[in-house]
Amino acid sequence: MFVPSTEELKLRIESAIPGARAEVTDLTGGGDHFRASVLAPEFAGMSRIEQHRRVYAVFGPDIGGPIHALSLETRAE
Amino acid sequence: MSETTENPIREAIADAINDHEVILFMKGTPEAPRCGFSARTVQVLEALGTPFAAVDILPDPRIRQELSALSQWPTIPQLFVRGELVGGCDIITEMYESGELAQTLGVEQPADEAPGDDAAPLTIENRLN
Repeated sequence: MFVPSTEELKLRIESAIPGARAEVTDLTGGGDHFRASVLAPEFAGMSRIEQHRRVYAVFGPDIGGPIHALSLETRAE
Repeated sequence: MSETTENPIREAIADAINDHEVILFMKGTPEAPRCGFSARTVQVLEALGTPFAAVDILPDPRIRQELSALSQWPTIPQLFVRGELVGGCDIITEMYESGELAQTLGVEQPADEAPGDDAAPLTIENRLN
Protein backbone atom coordinates (compact mmCIF):
# COMPACT_ATOMS: atom_id res chain seq x y z
CA MET A 1 0.00 0.00 0.00
CA PHE A 2 1.11 3.55 -0.76
CA VAL A 3 2.32 5.21 2.42
CA PRO A 4 2.64 8.92 1.73
CA SER A 5 5.66 10.98 2.71
CA THR A 6 6.33 14.65 2.06
CA GLU A 7 9.15 13.71 -0.33
CA GLU A 8 6.91 11.28 -2.21
CA LEU A 9 4.14 13.86 -2.57
CA LYS A 10 6.61 16.49 -3.76
CA LEU A 11 8.04 14.11 -6.36
CA ARG A 12 4.62 13.08 -7.62
CA ILE A 13 3.49 16.68 -8.05
CA GLU A 14 6.74 17.78 -9.69
CA SER A 15 6.87 14.84 -12.09
CA ALA A 16 3.19 15.11 -13.08
CA ILE A 17 3.03 18.87 -13.64
CA PRO A 18 5.70 20.19 -16.01
CA GLY A 19 7.99 22.78 -14.43
CA ALA A 20 6.18 22.61 -11.10
CA ARG A 21 7.91 23.29 -7.83
CA ALA A 22 6.27 21.98 -4.71
CA GLU A 23 6.87 22.33 -1.01
CA VAL A 24 5.09 19.75 1.08
CA THR A 25 4.73 19.67 4.83
CA ASP A 26 3.25 17.01 7.03
CA LEU A 27 0.79 18.93 9.22
CA THR A 28 0.66 16.43 12.03
CA GLY A 29 3.65 14.15 11.61
CA GLY A 30 1.17 11.34 11.13
CA GLY A 31 1.78 10.88 7.40
CA ASP A 32 -1.79 11.56 6.34
CA HIS A 33 -2.54 15.29 6.68
CA PHE A 34 -0.42 17.35 4.32
CA ARG A 35 -0.10 20.85 3.07
CA ALA A 36 1.40 21.58 -0.35
CA SER A 37 2.41 24.85 -1.83
CA VAL A 38 2.74 24.49 -5.61
CA LEU A 39 4.12 26.87 -8.22
CA ALA A 40 3.63 25.94 -11.87
CA PRO A 41 3.78 27.77 -15.19
CA GLU A 42 0.62 26.06 -16.46
CA PHE A 43 -1.45 27.59 -13.65
CA ALA A 44 -1.34 30.92 -15.48
CA GLY A 45 -4.83 31.62 -16.76
CA MET A 46 -6.41 28.87 -14.65
CA SER A 47 -8.88 29.65 -11.88
CA ARG A 48 -7.97 28.62 -8.36
CA ILE A 49 -10.50 25.79 -8.58
CA GLU A 50 -8.83 24.50 -11.74
CA GLN A 51 -5.36 24.82 -10.22
CA HIS A 52 -6.38 22.82 -7.16
CA ARG A 53 -8.20 20.22 -9.29
CA ARG A 54 -5.01 19.78 -11.31
CA VAL A 55 -3.01 19.01 -8.17
CA TYR A 56 -5.70 16.75 -6.69
CA ALA A 57 -5.80 14.87 -10.00
CA VAL A 58 -2.16 13.91 -9.53
CA PHE A 59 -3.21 11.78 -6.56
CA GLY A 60 -6.54 10.45 -7.77
CA PRO A 61 -8.16 8.08 -5.28
CA ASP A 62 -5.23 8.44 -2.84
CA ILE A 63 -6.98 11.63 -1.69
CA GLY A 64 -9.47 10.46 0.86
CA GLY A 65 -7.56 7.17 0.95
CA PRO A 66 -4.03 7.13 2.41
CA ILE A 67 -3.91 10.93 2.10
CA HIS A 68 -6.70 12.06 4.43
CA ALA A 69 -6.20 15.73 3.79
CA LEU A 70 -4.16 17.78 1.36
CA SER A 71 -4.38 21.47 1.97
CA LEU A 72 -3.27 23.46 -1.08
CA GLU A 73 -1.83 26.80 -1.98
CA THR A 74 -1.22 27.20 -5.70
CA ARG A 75 0.33 29.99 -7.75
CA ALA A 76 1.29 30.49 -11.36
CA GLU A 77 4.99 31.13 -11.96
CA MET B 1 -24.84 18.64 -16.07
CA SER B 2 -27.73 16.57 -17.41
CA GLU B 3 -28.48 13.49 -15.42
CA THR B 4 -30.29 10.84 -17.35
CA THR B 5 -29.16 7.89 -15.31
CA GLU B 6 -31.20 6.64 -12.41
CA ASN B 7 -29.15 7.99 -9.60
CA PRO B 8 -31.41 9.41 -6.91
CA ILE B 9 -28.60 10.50 -4.60
CA ARG B 10 -26.79 12.41 -7.29
CA GLU B 11 -30.05 13.98 -8.44
CA ALA B 12 -30.93 15.02 -4.88
CA ILE B 13 -27.49 16.63 -4.54
CA ALA B 14 -27.83 18.45 -7.86
CA ASP B 15 -31.29 19.68 -6.84
CA ALA B 16 -30.01 20.89 -3.48
CA ILE B 17 -27.20 22.80 -5.22
CA ASN B 18 -29.65 24.41 -7.61
CA ASP B 19 -32.25 25.20 -4.97
CA HIS B 20 -29.97 27.04 -2.56
CA GLU B 21 -28.05 30.17 -3.36
CA VAL B 22 -25.35 29.26 -0.83
CA ILE B 23 -24.91 25.64 0.20
CA LEU B 24 -22.13 23.96 2.11
CA PHE B 25 -21.45 20.22 2.03
CA MET B 26 -19.57 19.43 5.20
CA LYS B 27 -18.65 16.83 7.81
CA GLY B 28 -21.09 17.29 10.67
CA THR B 29 -23.39 20.25 11.09
CA PRO B 30 -22.69 23.99 11.47
CA GLU B 31 -23.50 23.60 15.19
CA ALA B 32 -21.33 20.51 15.57
CA PRO B 33 -18.74 20.24 12.80
CA ARG B 34 -16.88 16.92 12.75
CA CYS B 35 -13.73 18.12 10.99
CA GLY B 36 -11.50 21.16 11.40
CA PHE B 37 -11.73 22.09 7.72
CA SER B 38 -15.52 22.10 7.83
CA ALA B 39 -15.47 24.04 11.11
CA ARG B 40 -13.19 26.66 9.60
CA THR B 41 -15.44 27.12 6.58
CA VAL B 42 -18.55 27.50 8.76
CA GLN B 43 -16.68 30.11 10.84
CA VAL B 44 -15.91 32.12 7.73
CA LEU B 45 -19.52 32.04 6.50
CA GLU B 46 -20.76 33.02 9.94
CA ALA B 47 -18.24 35.87 10.12
CA LEU B 48 -19.71 37.20 6.89
CA GLY B 49 -23.25 36.77 8.19
CA THR B 50 -24.35 34.88 5.10
CA PRO B 51 -27.32 32.57 5.45
CA PHE B 52 -26.40 29.18 4.04
CA ALA B 53 -27.82 25.71 3.69
CA ALA B 54 -25.67 22.88 5.02
CA VAL B 55 -25.58 19.18 4.21
CA ASP B 56 -23.82 16.68 6.44
CA ILE B 57 -22.14 14.14 4.17
CA LEU B 58 -21.22 11.71 6.95
CA PRO B 59 -24.46 9.74 7.41
CA ASP B 60 -24.05 7.91 4.07
CA PRO B 61 -20.73 7.45 2.22
CA ARG B 62 -22.61 7.58 -1.08
CA ILE B 63 -23.32 11.29 -0.52
CA ARG B 64 -19.64 12.10 -0.65
CA GLN B 65 -19.04 9.75 -3.58
CA GLU B 66 -21.78 11.27 -5.67
CA LEU B 67 -20.96 14.83 -4.64
CA SER B 68 -17.32 14.42 -5.65
CA ALA B 69 -18.30 12.77 -8.93
CA LEU B 70 -20.61 15.69 -9.66
CA SER B 71 -18.24 18.48 -8.62
CA GLN B 72 -14.98 16.85 -9.72
CA TRP B 73 -13.60 17.85 -6.33
CA PRO B 74 -12.22 15.16 -4.01
CA THR B 75 -12.34 16.78 -0.58
CA ILE B 76 -14.88 18.07 1.94
CA PRO B 77 -16.06 20.77 2.64
CA GLN B 78 -17.38 22.11 -0.65
CA LEU B 79 -19.11 25.47 -0.93
CA PHE B 80 -21.45 26.21 -3.83
CA VAL B 81 -22.77 29.66 -4.63
CA ARG B 82 -25.50 30.03 -7.24
CA GLY B 83 -24.88 26.53 -8.50
CA GLU B 84 -21.11 26.88 -8.89
CA LEU B 85 -18.39 25.24 -6.80
CA VAL B 86 -16.46 28.08 -5.18
CA GLY B 87 -14.00 25.90 -3.31
CA GLY B 88 -13.03 24.00 -0.23
CA CYS B 89 -11.55 25.26 3.01
CA ASP B 90 -8.28 26.61 1.54
CA ILE B 91 -9.88 28.61 -1.26
CA ILE B 92 -12.69 29.89 0.96
CA THR B 93 -10.20 31.04 3.60
CA GLU B 94 -7.99 32.73 1.00
CA MET B 95 -10.99 34.41 -0.60
CA TYR B 96 -12.27 35.55 2.77
CA GLU B 97 -8.95 37.13 3.66
CA SER B 98 -8.74 38.94 0.34
CA GLY B 99 -12.32 40.20 0.52
CA GLU B 100 -13.24 38.23 -2.62
CA LEU B 101 -15.64 35.95 -0.81
CA ALA B 102 -17.70 38.87 0.51
CA GLN B 103 -17.88 40.09 -3.07
CA THR B 104 -18.94 36.70 -4.42
CA LEU B 105 -21.63 36.46 -1.76
CA GLY B 106 -22.70 40.07 -2.17
CA VAL B 107 -22.14 40.96 1.49
CA GLU B 108 -19.98 43.48 3.33
CA GLN B 109 -16.56 42.41 4.57
CA PRO B 110 -16.77 42.82 8.39
CA ALA B 111 -14.94 45.99 9.37
CA ASP B 112 -13.08 44.38 12.25
CA GLU B 113 -11.82 41.62 10.00
CA ALA B 114 -9.91 43.67 7.50
CA PRO B 115 -8.19 41.61 4.80
CA GLY B 116 -4.90 40.27 6.07
CA ASP B 117 -5.94 40.96 9.66
CA ASP B 118 -7.53 37.61 10.21
CA ALA B 119 -8.33 35.86 13.46
CA ALA B 120 -5.86 33.44 14.97
CA PRO B 121 -4.62 30.90 12.43
CA LEU B 122 -6.08 27.46 12.56
CA THR B 123 -4.01 25.29 14.84
CA ILE B 124 -2.89 21.80 13.98
CA GLU B 125 -5.28 20.29 16.53
CA ASN B 126 -8.46 21.75 15.15
CA ARG B 127 -7.56 20.79 11.60
CA LEU B 128 -7.84 17.14 12.53
CA ASN B 129 -10.53 14.43 12.47
